[in-house]
Amino acid sequence: MDADRITEKLNILADAAKYDVSCSSSGSKRKNENKGLGNASNGICHSYTEDGRCVSLLKILLTNHCIFDCAYCVSRKSNDIKRAAFTVQEVVDLTINFYRRNYIEGLFLSSGIFKDADFTMERLVRVAKKLRLEHNFHGYIHLKSIPGASDELMNEAGLYADRLSVNLEMPTEAGLKLLAPDKSHQEMIKPMGYLKNAIIKHTEEKKLFKKAPIFAPAGQSTQVIIGATPENDNQILHSANYFYKNFKLKRVYYSGYVPVLEDSRLPALNTSVPMVRENRLYQADWLMRNYGFHVSEIVNNHQPHLDLDIDPKLSWAIRNMQEFPIDVNRADLKIILRVPGIGVLSAQKIVSARKFGKLNWEHLKRMGVSVNRAKYFITCQSKEFERRDLTGNAIKQFILATSHSKYIKNVHTQLNLF
Amino acid sequence: MTTLIYDGTFEGLLTAVFDVYAHKLDVVKLHQGEWLEGALFDEKMQVITDETRAGRVLKALKLKLSTLGVQRLYAAHLAEIPGEDNNLLGFIRYAIDTDENIEEDYGNRYVMRVSEMVRMVRREKHRMEAFIRFQKLRDGSFYAAIEPDFNVLPLLIKHFRSRYADMKWMIYDLRRKYGIYYDLHDTQFITLDFAENSRQADIVAAYTEDEGMYQNLWKNYFKSVNITSRKNTKLHVRHIPKRYWKHLTEKI
Repeated sequence: MDADRITEKLNILADAAKYDVSCSSSGSKRKNENKGLGNASNGICHSYTEDGRCVSLLKILLTNHCIFDCAYCVSRKSNDIKRAAFTVQEVVDLTINFYRRNYIEGLFLSSGIFKDADFTMERLVRVAKKLRLEHNFHGYIHLKSIPGASDELMNEAGLYADRLSVNLEMPTEAGLKLLAPDKSHQEMIKPMGYLKNAIIKHTEEKKLFKKAPIFAPAGQSTQVIIGATPENDNQILHSANYFYKNFKLKRVYYSGYVPVLEDSRLPALNTSVPMVRENRLYQADWLMRNYGFHVSEIVNNHQPHLDLDIDPKLSWAIRNMQEFPIDVNRADLKIILRVPGIGVLSAQKIVSARKFGKLNWEHLKRMGVSVNRAKYFITCQSKEFERRDLTGNAIKQFILATSHSKYIKNVHTQLNLF
Repeated sequence: MTTLIYDGTFEGLLTAVFDVYAHKLDVVKLHQGEWLEGALFDEKMQVITDETRAGRVLKALKLKLSTLGVQRLYAAHLAEIPGEDNNLLGFIRYAIDTDENIEEDYGNRYVMRVSEMVRMVRREKHRMEAFIRFQKLRDGSFYAAIEPDFNVLPLLIKHFRSRYADMKWMIYDLRRKYGIYYDLHDTQFITLDFAENSRQADIVAAYTEDEGMYQNLWKNYFKSVNITSRKNTKLHVRHIPKRYWKHLTEKI
C-alpha cells in the first residue's frame, strides 16, 4: 500500500464518518471458527477520543462522493470538500491489520451514495463478504443499509454483517423533508421492515436447525440528529419508542447537531452542540429500555421537554411524590429500579442481599447506591430517614445544591436555547 | 490473636484456612512474607503451603459456593491488594461456617469487600482487553507489553486465545516480569531476559516493515475521528487514565 495516499484517504473518510455516533460492538454472538481471526461478543471500547467518545470500530465511509444534497451532512453534493474513495481491498487490509493489533473490534462501513442505491450497497456487501469468506474474519461488522437497495442485497448483507442500520436522521418526516429533500421517510423505513422480518425468520430457523446461518445477530440500530430541526423531546422519544416497538431496534442513537455548514434552514455555525440535551435523551432512552419506564411517563404533552438541570429519573420521581417513600427491604425490584440514585446493579444487589437480613444506610452505600439522592425516596432498617414532608421542588433544590453537574458550564447557554 | 504467616499464594491462603480450623483458632490475622525469628508478633504461626490441605478446603468451598463464586474468590485473590488477605480469609470462613450459600449476602462486609475486589480486577482485565496494543515482529508474531495494576495476565488467556487463534502472540507484564505466549496450539507462561541496555533502535529493528505505517495510520485515524467542538478532556482521561498512555500507540 502507498502509505501517503492511504493516509490521506483515511483522514478524509474517517473524518466524514465521525458524525455517525454509533460505535457499539456488542450484542453479537459470533464465535471464532476454524482457527480464524476474531470474534464478536461483548463489545470493547479500545480507545476514547478527546471528546470522550468510545472508539470501538474502524468507522469509515467507502466514499464521500454523494449524489444527495442533505443540508445537515458534510458530504452533501454541493459542499466544496475533498472527495476520496477506498477500494474494497484497501478497506479489507486496513480492517485486518488494525484488528490484529487489537486497535478495534471490527469495521463500521458506511458510504455516500454514488450512482445509485444498489451500486453502493453492492460494494459495502463485497467488503463484508471478502472479510468473512477470504480472510476467515469473525470480528464485528456493522454495515449501513442503503435505502432503496434491493432485498437480495439486504439479505446478503445480513448474512455477513453483525449489525445493520439506516439513519433516520430527522426524528420526524417533516424535519426530513425540510433538510433532506432527496430522501423519503417511507423509503428509509422500508429496509428496516425487510430486515426486521428477515431477522425474525432466521432466529426461528436457528432454533430448529443448529446449522442455520446467523443473520445480523446484533440486530438493527438507527440515529437521529438532535437540535437541527425544532422537534421537542416528546416527539423524539415517542418516535424512538415507535421504532423500538415496531422494528425491534436494538438501539436508537441521538446525535447532537454539530454545526458544520452554513444553511438558512439550520442553526447558525456558532451554535453550541446541545450536549446536555443529548445526554438527557440517552438517560431517558435507558429508562425506557432497562428500567421499565413507559415513554409517556417520561415525556408527554404536559411535559414536552426533558429537564436539563436534573436527570429524567429524578424528574419523574419528584413529579410523582405520591409513590414514595418505599421500603427497600420489601419493595419489588421494579419499584426499587424507579428510585433516583439506585441503578440496575445496586437494585439487584439489594434484592439478593435482603434475603439474608435487613439492610441499612451503610449497606446501601457500600452497594453503590447514591444515598444523597435516594434518601428522599426510601426507608430502610434505620431510625434515620427523611421525616420532613418535602415537596418535589424542595428535593430538587437540595439535590442540586449538593451535586455538581458535569455540564454546569454548558447549562446556562443551553437553557437559553430551548 | 494469632498471626498466620503465609506465602501469598492462593494455595497458601487455602492452607491457612485449613490451619485455622485444625487448630481451632478464633481471632487470626494473615501476614504475607517470610518466617523470621523474633518477637514481631505475640503469637505467630507459620503456614506451610500444602497441596492436599488446600485441596480439601477448596473442595469444602465448592460445596458451599457456586462455580462462579469460587472463580470470583480466585479473581479477588489475584488482585494482590496489600492488606486484603484478611477479608478473603473472612469471606472463606463465613462461607464455610454458614449452611446456605452466602455469595449474595452483600450486607456482610466480607462478601461486599470481595465483590468490590472482583469488580476492580474485572475492570482491569477488561481494560487490558481493550488497551493492549500488539506490534508485529519480523517473524510474523505479535508482541504487546503491559503494566496492569493487578495481576490479570492469567485471566486474559481465554479472551486472547479465542480472538487471535490464527497468529502467534505474546503479552508481557513488565511490572511482574512474566508473560503469556501463544504458539498457535498452546499458551504458556514465560519469562524473558531483557538485555540491560537494549537500545530503542534494536527494538524498532525487530518490527516488520509495515508496522510503522499501520501505527501511523492508527494515530491518524484516532485524530480524525475526534470532534473538536465536543472536546471533553475530563471524560477522556476518566476513560483512559494517564498511567495507561505509555503503552497506547495512539497516545504516545
